[in-house]
Amino acid sequence: MSATSTSTAVPPVAPVASRAGTQIRLSDVVKDYGLAVPAVDGVSLTIEPGEFMTLLGPSGSGKTTTLNLIAGFETLTSGRISLDGDDVSTLPPHKRDLGMLFQNYALFPHMTVAQNVAYPLRERKVPKAEIRRRVAEVLELVQLPGRDDDVPSQLSGGQQQRVALARAIVFGPKALLLDEPLGALDRNLRGALQAEIQRIHREVGSTFVFVTHDQEEAMSLSDRIALFNNGRIEQVGTPETLYKAPETLFTAGFLGDSTVFELAQAPGSEITWGDRRWAVAPHTVSERARAAEATALVVRPEDVHIAQRDDAVPPGVNVVPATVTDVHYLGSYRSVALALGTGDGAVLGQARLDAAETQLAVGQSVQAWWRVERQRVVSR
Amino acid sequence: MTTTTRAAELDRLDPEARPAAPRRRRRDRGVDAVPWWLRLVVAVVALYFVLPTLFVIPMSFSSSTTFSFPPEGFSLDLYRNFFTDPVWLTSLRNSVFVAAVAATLATVVGTAAAVGLHHLTGRLAGLARTVLMISLVTPGIVVAVVVYISFLKWHLVGSFAGYVLAHAALGTPFVLVSVTSALSGFDPKLLRASASLGASPLRTFARVTMPLISRGIVTGAVFAFVTSFDEVVIALFLRSPTFQTLPVQMFNSVTFEVDPTIAATSSLVVTVVTVVCLLPLLLGSRGKKRQEP
Repeated sequence: MSATSTSTAVPPVAPVASRAGTQIRLSDVVKDYGLAVPAVDGVSLTIEPGEFMTLLGPSGSGKTTTLNLIAGFETLTSGRISLDGDDVSTLPPHKRDLGMLFQNYALFPHMTVAQNVAYPLRERKVPKAEIRRRVAEVLELVQLPGRDDDVPSQLSGGQQQRVALARAIVFGPKALLLDEPLGALDRNLRGALQAEIQRIHREVGSTFVFVTHDQEEAMSLSDRIALFNNGRIEQVGTPETLYKAPETLFTAGFLGDSTVFELAQAPGSEITWGDRRWAVAPHTVSERARAAEATALVVRPEDVHIAQRDDAVPPGVNVVPATVTDVHYLGSYRSVALALGTGDGAVLGQARLDAAETQLAVGQSVQAWWRVERQRVVSR
Repeated sequence: MTTTTRAAELDRLDPEARPAAPRRRRRDRGVDAVPWWLRLVVAVVALYFVLPTLFVIPMSFSSSTTFSFPPEGFSLDLYRNFFTDPVWLTSLRNSVFVAAVAATLATVVGTAAAVGLHHLTGRLAGLARTVLMISLVTPGIVVAVVVYISFLKWHLVGSFAGYVLAHAALGTPFVLVSVTSALSGFDPKLLRASASLGASPLRTFARVTMPLISRGIVTGAVFAFVTSFDEVVIALFLRSPTFQTLPVQMFNSVTFEVDPTIAATSSLVVTVVTVVCLLPLLLGSRGKKRQEP
C-alpha cells in the first residue's frame, strides 16, 4: 500500500479496504437439501478479524455450501451467521457487503476491465472522480495498470482473476470469500497468484475465507484451516497443528502421507499391534482418541527410519520388521515403500530417506523405527 | 459465435497459407464444400419462396386499373391510392400500433417468463413452458374461434385492447424461445458475482442480464411484431366497422372489390417486414466485438 501512495502526487488515500477485518461467526449452521445427509451438518466456527481461514475438504464435504451460506447465496436450514456480532442469517447477498472470487472469474463479458472494477462502486453511488481514482489504485495493487479498456476476453486466465480480485476488494468489503479461485489456472500461474493473494491479504488486512480441496494450497496460504468431512468440521487449527497433531485418522490422511496402524484397543501406557509392543508418550494421544473406541497409530514418512541391521536400531524407539517393496529416487530424497509387520497382518508404509543414504534393494528385510514422540494416536 | 472464432482462426492461419499455394487451397476447400445438386435445390427453394414477391413488386408499379402481369406501363398510381385513401391509411396505422404494443407486451412477458423459468427444472416449470408455447402448435382457426367467443363475452371484439391481447399471446412464445436460447449461453455465476458486489436482483437484471441477452430479446420482439403485423385469422374474427388491421383491409379489398391497390400494399408489407427482420442482424453486427487471441 505504502509504495503506491507515496509514489504518486495524489493526497494520501484510504487503503483499498479500510476495514481491518471483520469477525465471521457461524453457530450450529445446518443446510439440508432434503437428501440422505445434510450438506452442512451443524458447523460452528469463528473466523477472527483479518484472519486467512481456509475451508478444506474433499468434494461434497460441505465447504463450498458453507461459503455460499456466508455469502448469502444459500439460505440456512437452521443456525446463525453473524458478521462482527450482527446477525446476517436472513440478509440477501447484495446487502452483506462481502467480496467474492469465483473459480471461473465471473467477470462481466460486456464490460471493460475498468467498468468491471467500477461496478461495485457505481452500485454504491461513489462519485465519478473517486471511482476513477480507486479503480486506477486497485488495478495497480493487482499489478494490472493500464489495462482499463481491455475486455475480459482479451486477458489471460491469470489476468482475469486479478481483475476479479480487484473488483472484489475495491469497495472495501467486510471480508473476501474465495471459492477455489485458482482451480481453473495451470500450475505455474497458480503459484504466482497464490503469492499475489497472500500479498494482498497482508496489505489489505481484511478477513479472507478461502475454499479449496488442495491441501498444499491450504497449508501454504492459511493462518488456520477448517477441515471439512461429511458436512461437519473434522478439525480446526493452524496448518502445523493439523499436520503434526491430527485428532482423527481422516485429518492425518487428508493432510500429507502417513503410515497407519489400526489398533484393536484403547491406548494405555503401551500399545500392542499384532505381536509388537510399543511405548506411548501421553501427549501424542489425541483428545478424540482418548474417548474413542477405535484408534490408530500414524507416523509421517519423514519420521520413519530404516535400519539394515538389528543392532543399528537405537534404544528406546518403536520398531517393526519390514520388507522393502519399492524405492523411488526423487532427487532431494528417496521414497521407500515398505510392507510393515509380517505375513497377512502387514500394512503398507512409507519412509523418506536422505538420497545420500545407503542403497536399499527391493525385497530386503529391514527394521523400521521411529521416535516415540513422533508418532500420533488418533481416532478412526 | 463459432463462426467468428473459426473466422479468426482462419485469419491467423491465412498469412502462412497464402504464399504457399493459393490454388491448392481452393481445391482443399472443395472437399467439404456444398455439392452442386444441393446448391440447385437451395436455389429452387429460395426462388419458390421469393417468386410471389417478385411478381407483386413490379405489379405495384403498374398503370393498369386491373391485375395484370406483366405490368402495363409504369406509374405510382397504386401507391398514391394507398397513401390518399383514409381506409388504407387507418388500417395501416391500426396494424402498426397493434403490432408495436402487442410486441412490447409479448417481449416483457416472454422475457420475464424465460428468465424466471431458466433455472427451474421441476415438473411445474415444464408445464408452464408448455402452456406458454401452446399457441405455436394450436391451429390458428381454433385459437381465433376461442378468442372470438371469449372476447364477445368480455366486449373486446373490435377493440384495440382485444387485438393487442390476442396478438401478444401469439408473440410471447417467440420471445420465450429466443430469450431462452440467449440465456443458455449466459453464465449464472454472473448473477452471484453481481449480488456479491452489492447489486439488487433488479439492478443485476438491468446491468448484467439484459445487456447480455439483448440479442435474444430484440429477435423475439421482432418476431412478435411481425407475427402481429401480418396476422389475418384472429384479425378477421375481431374486425369491426370501426377497427380493422391492414391484413383485414387487404382481404376485404380483394374479396369484395378487386382493388389493384393491394399490389402496392403487399409490396409495402413485404418491405416493412423484411426491414424489421433484418434489424437484429444489423444491430448484432454492430455490437459484436472482435475477439483477439
